[in-house]
Amino acid sequence: MPDSIPPESPVLRVEDLTVRFRRRNIDVAAVNGVSFALARGETLTILGESGSGKSVSLKALMGLLPDYAKIEGRVWLDGRSVLDMSTAELAKLRGGAISMIFQEPMAALDPVYTIGEQIAETIVQHEGVGRATAMQRALDLLDHVKIPSAARRLKSYPHEMSGGMRQRAMIALALACSPSVLLADEPTTALDVTVQIQILLLLRQLQQELGMAIVFVTHDVGAAAEISDRIAVMYAGRFVETATAREIMRTPRHPYTQGLLASTVHGGLRGRVLETIQGAPPNLAHLPPGCAFAPRCRYATELCTHGEVPVTMSPTGAMVRCVRAVPVPAQEVSA
Amino acid sequence: MPADPRDRGGPAQPLLLVNNLRKHFPVRGGLLNRKVATVQAVDDVSFSLLKGETLGIVGESGCGKSTTARLLMRLIEPDAGDVVFDGDAVGDRHGITVNAMRRQMQMVFQDSYSSLNPRMTMAESIAYAPRMHGVPAKESLARAQDLLAEVGLNPRQYSRRYPHELSGGQRQRVNIARALALEPRLVILDEAVSALDKSIEAQVLNLLAELKARFNLTYLFISHDLNVVEYVSDRVLVMYLGRVVETGSVESIYARPRHPYTRALFASKPTLDPDRRTTEMPLTGDPPNPINPPSGCRFRTRCAFAQTVCAEFVPRLAPPLDGEDATVSHLVACHLPHAQQVRHA
Repeated sequence: MPDSIPPESPVLRVEDLTVRFRRRNIDVAAVNGVSFALARGETLTILGESGSGKSVSLKALMGLLPDYAKIEGRVWLDGRSVLDMSTAELAKLRGGAISMIFQEPMAALDPVYTIGEQIAETIVQHEGVGRATAMQRALDLLDHVKIPSAARRLKSYPHEMSGGMRQRAMIALALACSPSVLLADEPTTALDVTVQIQILLLLRQLQQELGMAIVFVTHDVGAAAEISDRIAVMYAGRFVETATAREIMRTPRHPYTQGLLASTVHGGLRGRVLETIQGAPPNLAHLPPGCAFAPRCRYATELCTHGEVPVTMSPTGAMVRCVRAVPVPAQEVSA
Repeated sequence: MPADPRDRGGPAQPLLLVNNLRKHFPVRGGLLNRKVATVQAVDDVSFSLLKGETLGIVGESGCGKSTTARLLMRLIEPDAGDVVFDGDAVGDRHGITVNAMRRQMQMVFQDSYSSLNPRMTMAESIAYAPRMHGVPAKESLARAQDLLAEVGLNPRQYSRRYPHELSGGQRQRVNIARALALEPRLVILDEAVSALDKSIEAQVLNLLAELKARFNLTYLFISHDLNVVEYVSDRVLVMYLGRVVETGSVESIYARPRHPYTRALFASKPTLDPDRRTTEMPLTGDPPNPINPPSGCRFRTRCAFAQTVCAEFVPRLAPPLDGEDATVSHLVACHLPHAQQVRHA
């Protein structure tokens, strides 16, 4: 790998990332070969159900997994290899060039410090500026994420804020050192609908202003359609389909993506029996051979259970991992 | 449909009538642990539930939808208001007892794991309520086996398993089976599918529709998910900070929401279309704290149309002034007729 990366290269490149959790006699294959590249200012959504490996992938990128997690593959951030970094280098990276927001802001915020102190501390740690300067920056950040009466809120403790405001404070904290990549792990899942749309709009706007790239992880098709440039659909630790948000929503090609969209309930389906995906996701400790979705797939043939499933790329850059790679009848999906 | 022998007032009599239900929780604090504030969780909530229908309750966190469910089940005691089950006042000397009502009204909760006893097998959990209500042990276990089959779980495979050995979707099927064990007429589903993955949620919604037809059930379906509520409900009740702001048939409410809050709620729904993304925030801020809510109309602090009258008087539920939906008993609690006439784009 070259040391210097030409300017048009992606800000984040992940190659064949695998994560296994090995303890005593359990061996869980959580992530099984994930590859993607993220352009500057792009939003990629990883869409998947619980246990698909989407959050584990994000945490692997930040070096946030426990010691017994065995991580392989390559992760390049701004041309630097993340998985080869020392603990000190990682600490410098986290909250600097790459930062993360979570579903539960109380887990990310320290309950015994004010919001202002927490944001200022991050800035002081990473940039070595004085406390007064850092506090001023913290105030600007709170304004930026549209927290009302920011000057007063700077002195608030997390428990004094509402759910939506805490989410905004956590975003401000994550943006403190102008990261080039923001990792968002289900940041809208625990919020009420009226607050959820506010946070999605805020993230979209901040991204345009600051030009950062976002990896957005969610199980919510609606949130994915609202925020993504591209969507990667994840199943049993693999991307089964990657395409633009429009392509995924209009012409899903992988049977799992089709099933996921068809079983997403909306009022237009009133009075009809919902289409479902039979069965449940596989046990990651005993993955079936071949395509992991085959046991639930209505199109499965013998071909699916033999060896690796080939990946097919379309001229537009869309990827699908299915033996029936000739485009299957597209379903129109409407709101 | 064969007549239910328990059906007392005929099909026209509502299965459940709720009048002016109220629950205020005291907030204690200070040196002497005195009452320092009140959470007005449910305030003056009235509605009826017709036989065989599904009534959806939607609203955001803190709107009182789950408290309403718990009040109906008498898991908590209401401060005021009465509940009439098929013509019988619940807990009244001349009506039916709470126990008798619970035999006909059962509930399924959001958290499938914490609602099952970890030390009981699936069959034991399902058989527990019938046994407590006097069904012999052998008979109740046999019924549990049948119910497991009804909810799509093979009894031979699942009846001896413990909760931790099942997936979330399977556990929720068991909770539904348990709710049906007493052959209730009304099932309250409190966010019953909210914690499930989408592909599993669709399976459970299909199951609920099958069971409703098969056992002649009436559902009270509580959810924050507007799409799911639209899919399952016949009528909808929209709640905000402990009060009902709008109610009507699902078609009428979703096609022409009148209350500014209902409209904002629907406008917040993701569009599922990358070409028609939401560009403006329908509402700013979070729902206010239900401790000491705003006077008058509780939505006025977030309402774009609020005027002085909104702070002074509590709006009553009434037919919309444009009168277009008078026949479908669409009711809205809003002072401002001009606000109601703004078309929902």
